[in-house]
Amino acid sequence: MNNPINHVNHEGRKVLAAAENVVKEFKLSGNIRRGDLVVHAITDVSLNIYEGETLAMVGESGCGKSTMGRLFLRLLEPTAGTVRFEGRNLADLGEEELRHLRKQMQIIFQDPYASLNPRMTVAQIIAEPLNTHQVYGSHKETEARVKELMKKVGIRPEFTNRYPHQFSGGQRQRIGIARALALNPKLIVCDEPVSALDVSIQAQILNLLHDLQKEMGLTYLFISHDLSVVRYISDRICVMFLGKLCEVGPTEEIFREPKHPYTRFLLEAVPKPNPHLRKEQKAFLTGEMPSPVKPPSGCRFHTRCPLATERCSQEVPVLRTMAERQVACHMVNP
Amino acid sequence: MQNSDILTLNNQSLPPDLGLPPAEDIDAELLDNETMWDRIKIMLRKNKLAAASFVVIVLMCLAAAFAPFLTPYEPNKTSLKDRLAPPSREHILGCDELGRDHFTRMLYGTRVSVMIGLLPTSVAMIIGTVLGLMAGFYGGKIDFVIMRLADVVLAFPSLLLAMVVSYTLKGGIISIFLALAAVKWARTARVIRAQTLSMKEKEFVEAARSLGVKKSTIMFRHILPNCLPNLIVLLTLNIPESILDEASLSFLGIGAQPPSTSWGLMVFRCKPFLFEYPWLAIAPGVAILIFVLAFNFLGDGVRDALDPYLKD
Repeated sequence: MNNPINHVNHEGRKVLAAAENVVKEFKLSGNIRRGDLVVHAITDVSLNIYEGETLAMVGESGCGKSTMGRLFLRLLEPTAGTVRFEGRNLADLGEEELRHLRKQMQIIFQDPYASLNPRMTVAQIIAEPLNTHQVYGSHKETEARVKELMKKVGIRPEFTNRYPHQFSGGQRQRIGIARALALNPKLIVCDEPVSALDVSIQAQILNLLHDLQKEMGLTYLFISHDLSVVRYISDRICVMFLGKLCEVGPTEEIFREPKHPYTRFLLEAVPKPNPHLRKEQKAFLTGEMPSPVKPPSGCRFHTRCPLATERCSQEVPVLRTMAERQVACHMVNP
Repeated sequence: MQNSDILTLNNQSLPPDLGLPPAEDIDAELLDNETMWDRIKIMLRKNKLAAASFVVIVLMCLAAAFAPFLTPYEPNKTSLKDRLAPPSREHILGCDELGRDHFTRMLYGTRVSVMIGLLPTSVAMIIGTVLGLMAGFYGGKIDFVIMRLADVVLAFPSLLLAMVVSYTLKGGIISIFLALAAVKWARTARVIRAQTLSMKEKEFVEAARSLGVKKSTIMFRHILPNCLPNLIVLLTLNIPESILDEASLSFLGIGAQPPSTSWGLMVFRCKPFLFEYPWLAIAPGVAILIFVLAFNFLGDGVRDALDPYLKD
């Protein structure tokens, strides 16, 4: 923190983006008797994204993964806590400075149909970041860069004047990736970039993302609910449940030995292609997902956790560091 | 044997991993560097009804512009011997109650009707679009003020409000322009606001925000083009409505002032003779009908041509 630009943690890895005790609450328009309701989307999350890594964020629908991604990009403003990019607090930046900083961080969306303006051609879509930040002086240079980007992501450069609806889902996702790459960003938040695609196309897109990372030294925050995808692409995983972090650690370690009971359930739920490896009975999570409007006391997972004790319903577990990982559970001993 | 056949077949049908997609799926009509106007031209070639409507509208506008060259008569010259004359070779549509050539008056009336149809509607729609975009995009206080203003306008019967405006402005064509513009922006603003609200939440708008695109650029480059179909539909509804409103206002004595004329005024002035001399009221009525229909058909065609989803 002393040197805000080269914010380095104790292990010597450079922190690219960091969330410090971030809280995000959404107000629901209330009702007269009960007053305003608040959705606790993110509660006290601290997380570092190191330069050059792929950090996967997993959890079930509605746990706040996408919200967290948007907080890192300041597409949403945190209710409390700070988000830093290269050590700079995003809340301290003026509008122009923030606009300038946006060159460094981009997002790839889940739905390749909604994320491209249907009334703009591919060339206009990919050129938009270049024109917005006036990267090139002439139209010719911009056009050349657009064609180069299209080649890079595997779209024929002849298709510049086509509209998004003339492409398949996978091709559209490639266009979205080209747009995100246009400004040579450092951080890309991938918000479930493959979950709307066919399995065969998923593999192509994942390979593309992987190759681009190697080539351009990108850092990914990879939001997903598909653990097999996550295992393939990520270096580290953080598991979220109802707006809180359960477990953070290197991918292989988490797959080998999940510590948090919720992580165990998530891994258990992954279908096994080999029938001989399937157990007689899967342990499924029972009960409903608790509401983020009225989250359970203590550990948020205690209402569904088979190991839960009295303590879990009263005391909020802190994220404890154990070697390379962090776990938030009373029942896990270091 | 069979198995290996299937395998080779499968291998052939597999797309090359990460390779470029095949190029043969380009539509025949889809040319490179195709502009909006190219697409409208292609539409007009395909859609005969829209093409006919386009021709009709152009002809009517030309007739209005070159009215003095198309008829030997003066529009305001009365001739008592021709009073209520039936259609004949000299007077194609007969003469009105003051013996003025009906066809000549219709040509001159086209000027007023076409102008009233196009100008105040366009002005009202531009104002309504900008206000609607701002209300939907910024929300909060701006939205509240603009929408309550629109509510006030919509709460009054539009004709009454137009009357008030044009009375205050001492009548005449200019006051009708302003009156219609003042009344008609509200509906456009409402429709565009609703469309803006739904577009604002789309991911491509969020993508633009994450790129650091300025708010005004997002509004006019991302949201406005996606309101285009709504705008064209509104335009094809508003133009005929304006012509009819002008007719009503003229009938009430606030619009076109005699001896100048408009289609609406002619319909109303010839109403008393409907049973004895039906052609007098029917001719301008049919003119209004054709003009309105032509706009609707053309509007439909243009909307389809500009809609990237409906294309092909």
